[in-house]
Formats: sequence, C-alpha cells, structure tokens
Amino acid sequence: MKIEWFTFPFVAGFIILLVVIIAKFSRWIFQLGQKNRLKIIKNFFSMGTLISVKESFLEGLIHRKVHQKNRLLGYMHMSLAFGWFLLIVVGHLEMGFYKETLNFPFYKAVFFRYFNTSNQQFFFSEGFTFLMDFILLFIISGLSLAYYKRINKKIFGLKRTTKLKLADQLALSALWLIFPFRFLAESFTAGIYHNGGFLTQTAGNLFATFLPLDTLYFSTWLGYSIVLGCFMAALPFSRYMHIPTEILFIFLKNWGITQNEKTDGFTQIEANACSRCGICLDPCQLTLANINHVQTVYTIREFRENRIEDSNLFNCMMCGRCEEACPVGIDIMKLRTNLRIENTKQYDVAYDYLTETSTPKAEVIYFAGCMTHLTPAIKKSMTKIFNHAKVDYWFMDEEKAPCCGKPLMQAGQYEAARQLIASNSKQIIASGAKELIVSCPICYRVFNEDYQLPGVTVKHHSQYLLELINAGKLPVIQQNETMVYHDPCDLGRGSKIYDEPREVLRHYGKLLEMENERENAKCCSGSLSNMKISNAERSIICKDVMDEFISYKPDQLVTACPLCKKTFAAGNKIPVKDIAEVVANSIHVNQKPKEKVHELELDEVLY
Amino acid sequence: MKKFGFSTINSRTIDYQQFDTRLLDKVLQEEPSFARCMSCGGCTATCSAGNLIDFNVRMLGLLIKRGEIEGLATEIDKCMLCGKCILVCPRGINTRHVIMLIKKEMVKLKLEQV
Repeated sequence: MKIEWFTFPFVAGFIILLVVIIAKFSRWIFQLGQKNRLKIIKNFFSMGTLISVKESFLEGLIHRKVHQKNRLLGYMHMSLAFGWFLLIVVGHLEMGFYKETLNFPFYKAVFFRYFNTSNQQFFFSEGFTFLMDFILLFIISGLSLAYYKRINKKIFGLKRTTKLKLADQLALSALWLIFPFRFLAESFTAGIYHNGGFLTQTAGNLFATFLPLDTLYFSTWLGYSIVLGCFMAALPFSRYMHIPTEILFIFLKNWGITQNEKTDGFTQIEANACSRCGICLDPCQLTLANINHVQTVYTIREFRENRIEDSNLFNCMMCGRCEEACPVGIDIMKLRTNLRIENTKQYDVAYDYLTETSTPKAEVIYFAGCMTHLTPAIKKSMTKIFNHAKVDYWFMDEEKAPCCGKPLMQAGQYEAARQLIASNSKQIIASGAKELIVSCPICYRVFNEDYQLPGVTVKHHSQYLLELINAGKLPVIQQNETMVYHDPCDLGRGSKIYDEPREVLRHYGKLLEMENERENAKCCSGSLSNMKISNAERSIICKDVMDEFISYKPDQLVTACPLCKKTFAAGNKIPVKDIAEVVANSIHVNQKPKEKVHELELDEVLY
Repeated sequence: MKKFGFSTINSRTIDYQQFDTRLLDKVLQEEPSFARCMSCGGCTATCSAGNLIDFNVRMLGLLIKRGEIEGLATEIDKCMLCGKCILVCPRGINTRHVIMLIKKEMVKLKLEQV
C-alpha cells in the first residue's frame, strides 16, 4: 500500500472550499428574500434551467464572450477552465473504469498516476492515458499564455489589467504552480514506472537521464497536493470565487431574478460573479482623464468589501460601455444605481410644492426637457416640424414644468424622483394624448421605463420624425453633405434605438460609418450621472471623441440629444446639429422666409 | 402706505465670532470649484425649479458663504438636479455636486446637534 497522507493538503483545501461556498451561497440565497425564493421554486422546472446549463457551459467553460473580445484571451481562459473541467471528468472516468466501480475516494482520481503504477490494462486505458496527457498539454499551453500576459498584455487586446490584492495574488500563484507540479509529478512517475503518455513519458524518460527520480518523485506529488490545497482554500476569499458564483448567477438570472432598488443577496451574487478580469477597464473613457480608481471592477470590489466611497461611487458617467463589454453580463448600471440610492437615502426628499395646473387637451404631447431649453434650435425645429405636419400638439414644458426625474434618479434620489413622476404622469394622462414625443434621451428613458402611462406611446423625436417622413408628411431634400451620427448613451445603449435616427439622416445626406458606433459609441462626457468629474476632465474626454469624429472628415456632426449637442458644441470644430434641425432645414416656410431664418440664426448666436 | 414695489434694506451684521464655516469648509474640500463662484446668478436664471416656484440657487451659495445655514435644508430640497446650471455657469462650477454635498452635510450637522 502506498503512502496516502500526502493528499491531506488537497483534501483539507477541498473541504474548506466546500464549507465556505455552501455558507456563502446559503447566506446570499437567504438574503434574496421570500419573494425571490418563491420565484426560484416556481421556475425550477422550466426552460430557464436548461438555458442556464447551456449558458454555464458556453460562458463558464468555453468563455464565448471572452473569445469575442480577443481570440487569444478567450483561448487562455478556455484552456484553463474547460481544460481543468475535462481533466477532472476524464480523470474520474479513468479511475471508474480502472476500478470498475464509482465507489472510490475522490482524491484517488486526482492522484491516479501516483496510485496506479501497475500498467495494468483496462477498458480504453491507453486512450485515457493519451487523453489525460493531451488535456494537460492543452492547459499548459493556456497557462504559458497566462504567464506571457503578465509581460505583454497588448497582444491579448488589453491595455490595462486589474490591480490585485493579497488573497488574489496567493490564489494566482497557487494556480500558476498547480499544472507545472502535476506535469513534473506525472513525468517523474512515468520515468520510474513507465505509466505515462506521449507527453509525460517522453519528459519522464528525459528527466530520468539526469535526475534521481526515485528520491524526487514523491516530493513533486506532495507539492502538487499542497498547491492544489492552497488554491482551493484561497479560492472563496479571492477573485476566483467568481467561478462557482457565476454559475449560480446564471441560474438565478434565467429564473427571472433581477435587482430591485436595494442591495440584496442577488447584488452580492452579481458582485461575486465578477471575475475582476479587467475587460471593463479599457472601454472606460474616464481613464483618458487619468481617473483610474472608479472603474466597475474596483467599484464592485469596494462594494464586496463593504467600503465603497463617494469618490468612487459618484465618479461614473454611467455611459454603459463597461456593461456592454462585461463577459459575465453583470447588470452594472443597476448595481451602481442601487448603491447610490442607499448612499443618499437620508436626504431623499419630497417635493410638496408641486401643484396641479390646468392641462389642455391634445393628440400629441411634446416634452422638450430641461436641456433642450438650453439648445433652443432643437425646440424651434420641433415646433416648425409639428406645425408643418399639422399635428395637434401641446408643448408641455414650453413655459414651465417639473423635470422628468431622471437626473434625480442618476444621483440616487428615487423617492424624490417619484414625486416628479407622479405629478408629470397626472398631467400627461389628463391631456388625453396618445403620443408623448420627447427630445431628450434622458427624459425618453425615464418616461419609457419608470412612468406608468396607459394608452400613451412614448417616442423619442428621432423615432417620431421617421414616422412623419414615412407617412410623407415632411419634405425630404437629399443634400450632398456628409455627416457622422453620435449615439447618445441613453438612446443607444440605454434604449437600443440605433436605426431610426440613422434612417432619418440617410434621407437628408450621406451618413458615414464609423468604428466606434452603436453599442461601442463613446460618451460625449457631458453625462449628468457623474457628480464628481471636473470641467477640465470632461473636456479631455470630449476632445478625444471629437477628434475621432473629425478623423472621418464629415461636413457636420449630428446627434439626437441636447446635452450631447451642448457638450460637443463647446469644443466646436465642425457644425454640431440635432437630428431635428437637419429635418427642419428642409422645411421652407413660405410666409416671411427671411425673418424665420434670421430668428434661428439669432438664437444660435445668443446661446 | 403706497407700495412702490421696492423697499429699503434692513441693516444687518455678520458676527465673525459665530461664523459657521462647517458647511462651507466641507463643500470646498470636496468641490474646490465652488470657491470660484462670483454669485452672478446665471444658475438662478436658467433654473427649472426656480422657474416653477420660489427658489434661488444663487441665494443658497451666498448663505453658505455667510455661514447662515439655518433653514437651508428645506430650501435646498427644492432643487430637481436637472443640471442646467452646470452648463450655464461661466465659472465652471460643478453646481449639482455642490447641491448634493450640502444635502449630505446638512444631515450630518443635524445629527451632530442631536
């Protein structure tokens, strides 16, 4: 009988891992609340479960989304995750066939080559030997890439990687040593007992020529057991906790559990499913302004460690670029918003001054939004369009109106926002309108997502303009001018409206295609979500975006958001227009045309 | 008496011994741009909330600078955070952040008193 005590570190590590994971998982699931737990039970036997299995395989093992980001980075992650998974499964099968039973201590499969040195033939034994060596080679190839990534991360498509903390470094070092130890242990054993495959046997024979394998081989197995144990014991306290948590996250997500307006067990699960891969670092435009401590990976880490600071929490434009890039699919915007809600709860106040005013009846309501009042060319164009198309409309905030509520929500003030929402909803419903046209994407989003407006369709003006054009209610004059279109964050990534504005613009000029557009569009830097950023930092980011637009040499830059327009116009190098202005330009008013043109020009000078 | 629509200003003094700089210090520490405020009133002119009701952002700034922070809490709650004031401010002050800082500090000061 061979010595078995060397497996103790591995078994101990495994037990620690199991106990901590079970403890953490049960706590989170307990924190989910009664309602969510019932949801899990209800949806347990549904398609969601099957989808989760598929998704766990594709994302957790194959790392599909990382492959989409960068082939090499994807291969590295796949070789470690999928390779290790195969090693465990095939290893257990091999042991099972060898013993012709599944009733054996699990560690025997892990250290199979140590215990089985008899070279005894069993079902598919040579195949297994080959397979196990092949999988080990697969993992080691990925591991070499991981080593190389530390020297040169550029070839993996990464400019920046996450700063690690102690537990992460410990686990990482252990992880890096596991497979070299396994390779050495199996090779040394093969050198003595000739039980290796194409890789370990060749290496073993080579080692045997100059190393005293008899005295060395046991210590390599012991080393293998120790690093395995270290890794497993450190796992639940390091970033590798994402491995089990991501699987739990995928299942809960597919069972219909989402984040509410507070941090609960699900928020914890999402935060722990973050692998700290750092893919969110590069899309973040704040890095241009040298703001390097607020990226999602750090926010989530501070949240997990329960030490989130205002300087991190509120220094984010919430443009959503990181969420788009996140390979785990964490609902980052919601997570940050929830943290902001909790952070500002003490002074989330009521607006008792809001009074009811008389509401005119109309078919269509136009809500320009606060920001549009600072870019009067947009509201001028919209009224011109409404009048030309003979629409029966009511300009809701022409004189005065409460804000839509979204800027408050971006700052975490949900209770306060609800008061504005209730007041505005009452007016909108009282007007009997069927459609609500909004010029500002920030307003559009909140009207769409947070208002309860039965019978009222909310439309951004770009959607509405397309409808009017398609109905032949607006003149279309094709110009030779080239233009680039900037996707506003809340309209594009926030509301998935990419095509309508582009279709409108194609009627009026030549729309140039760009590299960073649609989902990858950059933020103008004017975002109201960032409470902390200074003007100087904003202009650095804005200049970067503007330079990219200018590199396409367009005649004009078109956007669909008053705030984006205002921000870009500040660094004015090319004419910046709103989509409504482009459309309104084709409308020539017959009566007193000179005066009208003069009025528009004057406005632009004034503001 | 006939009303002319204006009146004389009552004389008033600020006692420097009892000058309450706690709020001002905190705001300047977190948002140094507030030091640049020259009370031009651009923020008040564009204010969405001020357009709707009696609310004066410029006045808030002045009150904090004078250390007169009593009654500020109810006044500041009228702000709707729409952010227009940031865009019009000729001194580039992050006004929204200033408002949020005041809100937060007022709660803290109130707790300290209790």
